[in-house]
Amino acid sequence: MTVTSIAGVDVDLNEEGFLTDSSQWTEDMAVEIARGEGIDPLTDRHWEVIRFMRAEYEAKGTGPTVRMLGKTSGVPVKELYQLFPKGPAKLAAKIAGIPKPRGCI
Amino acid sequence: MPDPIEKVSIIISKGSLEGIYPGLIMANGARAEGIEANLFFTFFGLDAIHRKRLDHIKVAAVGNPGMHMASLVGVLPGMSAIATHMMEKKMESFDIPGIPEFMELIGDTGCGMYACKASVDLFGFSEEDFIEQVEGIITVGEFYEIAAGGEIIFT
Repeated sequence: MTVTSIAGVDVDLNEEGFLTDSSQWTEDMAVEIARGEGIDPLTDRHWEVIRFMRAEYEAKGTGPTVRMLGKTSGVPVKELYQLFPKGPAKLAAKIAGIPKPRGCI
Repeated sequence: MPDPIEKVSIIISKGSLEGIYPGLIMANGARAEGIEANLFFTFFGLDAIHRKRLDHIKVAAVGNPGMHMASLVGVLPGMSAIATHMMEKKMESFDIPGIPEFMELIGDTGCGMYACKASVDLFGFSEEDFIEQVEGIITVGEFYEIAAGGEIIFT
């Protein structure tokens, strides 16, 4: 675990760069994390997915996989991959400040 | 830390349920990690992309020690259907999609799907026999060109 400054705030990150405490997250951080992953700017559709990820995590204690995102977020799988080419569930979770979803499918 | 895997090409050569799923899960999982992925269907693996067959993929009830059942029982009529039904119910309870839905999902992830030309010729199939996600019928040489620069996994 390392402490890094994102959007001017010191946060704890794991070895993959995910926030270890989702309550430290702010919307400004999302913009900065996304930029670091090559996603700039964050569109309304990105935000829709990011907010959905956080709501799911808060409700269930884990973020959804790509398949579940496609079924429940209102953003279809094809578009999810256009928004987050390097892995929708993984990247959206990272940007949303929640742990990486661990489902296999 | 070793370099991350950037690209995989997965060959599916078997037509049983247990022969098809692992390759599909690996391809879908690769895309979820942002890894470029291709699927190459050969021999009986072609059933996974065959319009009329992909919804009727069965578990092998005979010659499958993993079934923990004597092969003599497995030869009884309907055993393969029963085993398949049990497996499908179990998978549904773990929210694993059926093969038709899974193929659609994998296509939407941007994974490439190809049919092996030698097998297509051997079985007398043509392009119309396959689901729309299949991008082409290709030779083994073309497969290696597509797979260049990545890992190849045979299942």
